[in-house]
Amino acid sequence: MTIVAESFVLPERRSTTGRLSDFFWRHPHVLLTVLLGPPLLWLGIVYLGSLFALLLQSFFSIDEFSGLINYEFTLATYRQLLSEANLDIILRTVSMAALVTLVSAFIAFPIAYYAARYARGKWKALFYLAVMLPLWSSYLVKVYAWKLILAKEGILTWLFEKLNLLWLLDAWLALPVVGGNSLSVSYTGTFIVFVYVWMPFMILPIQAALERVPANLIEASSDLGGTPAQTFRHVLFPLALPGIVAGSIFTFSLTLGDYIIPQIVGSSRLFIGQAVYAQQGTAGNIPLAAAFTVVPIVIMGAYLWMAKRMGAFDAL
Amino acid sequence: MTTAVLFDNVSRHFGAVRAVDSVNLSIVEGEFFAMLGPSGSGKTTCLRLMAGFEQPTTGHIEIFGETAEGVPPYRRSVNTVFQDYALFSHLSILDNVAYGLMVKGIGREERRKAAEDALAMVKLPGYGARRPGQLSGGQRQRVALARALVNKPKVLLLDEPLGALDLKLREQMQEELKSLQKSLGITFVFVTHDQGEALSMADRIAVFNEGRIQQLGRPEEVYNQPKTRFVADFVGSSNVLSAKLCQRLGLKSSFASLRPESVAIAPAADGALSLSGIVAGRSFLGATNRIVVDVDGNRIAVASPAAQNVPAMGSPVTISFAARDLHPMEDA
Repeated sequence: MTIVAESFVLPERRSTTGRLSDFFWRHPHVLLTVLLGPPLLWLGIVYLGSLFALLLQSFFSIDEFSGLINYEFTLATYRQLLSEANLDIILRTVSMAALVTLVSAFIAFPIAYYAARYARGKWKALFYLAVMLPLWSSYLVKVYAWKLILAKEGILTWLFEKLNLLWLLDAWLALPVVGGNSLSVSYTGTFIVFVYVWMPFMILPIQAALERVPANLIEASSDLGGTPAQTFRHVLFPLALPGIVAGSIFTFSLTLGDYIIPQIVGSSRLFIGQAVYAQQGTAGNIPLAAAFTVVPIVIMGAYLWMAKRMGAFDAL
Repeated sequence: MTTAVLFDNVSRHFGAVRAVDSVNLSIVEGEFFAMLGPSGSGKTTCLRLMAGFEQPTTGHIEIFGETAEGVPPYRRSVNTVFQDYALFSHLSILDNVAYGLMVKGIGREERRKAAEDALAMVKLPGYGARRPGQLSGGQRQRVALARALVNKPKVLLLDEPLGALDLKLREQMQEELKSLQKSLGITFVFVTHDQGEALSMADRIAVFNEGRIQQLGRPEEVYNQPKTRFVADFVGSSNVLSAKLCQRLGLKSSFASLRPESVAIAPAADGALSLSGIVAGRSFLGATNRIVVDVDGNRIAVASPAAQNVPAMGSPVTISFAARDLHPMEDA
């Protein structure tokens, strides 16, 4: 028996898939069109199209007597958006989103650093499990659980009491703005829940970015005389920045748009998401709701532009 | 003579693995010192012990008379050229070279000038504005060298710095490194698995295997008088003559090494030793032909000048060599 094939060209496979393989091999662009066409159509028409339709709505206005939408181009809705009460909502939401993002980044970085640099084998698996596990349960359940934890009769108050630190909690709750009757009805409570719920979205991109930083760059910096703090500032941070920016886009935009957390945990003052919900639901003012949704888009656009200007994506 | 680096019975264990096992060495100031060995022989770990990336499990390290244990890398006046260069991809070439001066707090203008001088020294003047990604492998290698040398280290450590370059470039860099070292007078410690590189560049060579130094000496000594079978084989692929053959040739030691280029395919002249066998293999190497002769089951390689006739496979031949080319060895 010979081990050399009889002829140079192997026999064609007679099945449909065999013929299809030959066809796609000869026409790779057809395969690309077949694979990419449907998702691109979805993205272009359903996703961007509806977003564009929404933006268009914000340039219409509502007739105050009939409650019907007046389909004429006007900036009246934006004038309404910039009223003092609405600006208050925007400022509150943006401050909360910025603070949540900042604190998330501070908490996420050491965890991500450990996972990227030191965790191996089962510890790495455990890390992924620990970070992702909260995402497996319903978001609503988690928020309600936090309401119970933060409530006056909740476990946190109990813990402070047992540690004889109740005075500290009371002093914090007595503060203006961040305080309140209990943690569950204060901005502090809203903040804690936001940070908890969005944390995985900050940890994972930072971890991915740090994973790509070659270990010998850290050694090179140290070798050249860089102290650990200098190495962090001049090497690690700049190289992790794209990951931090990616994570902050998640936490920032998710906080800007969320309407459930501030409704369940927090004071009764509105956030952008709640305003959108109220305007398009009970108030029936679709143009104003649309104008409100434009705010996060504009803010995120400006944020990304600034990040690019500051060189956040140079290391990509 | 000042001792630049001193290892006193140094071991470094990783769990049960003895990466470095009771190593003693002393490197003289201004010396070009090579650590040669196969991968996993402990040579790179020794380099990392000098740089401060590793701490010895036992033993004592001194660098210019000062104790090195417990001193972090950033407080050692020792710089490293990394195997894959480890250039900072987010910084320009100039900022890469000036990095060591920047973290030491030297002013912007002064470090820019020093970095430009260093780039000129490695023959890359005017490359400062580029990014590492825009440079070829050979150019990145030079930048890594400039980045280390700009700090005026007391010892420069080079971890297989030429490994990723092609042959022509490697030979050119070998010469440049050698002349750079002579003109700067800095102690160079060079890690390589390429015996030719070690032989051509180093003042002294330490041959590593399994975490231990097998032999330490000048290139000629290591090449001509290998102490162990490993050194004979690793440095220049010597023939190792078995105990039986040694006995037949009237040697006292149980093993001996014989360089392929010391052997000729010819009947013995006066005073020479000879063996007879049959040709078991031949390959053309350019300047020489490598002919393997089977002597009663012992395969002996002969480097025969290309101009000479190559005997046919399986034909009986007589090989001869001078008795002084036969080097007795300590162990198997």
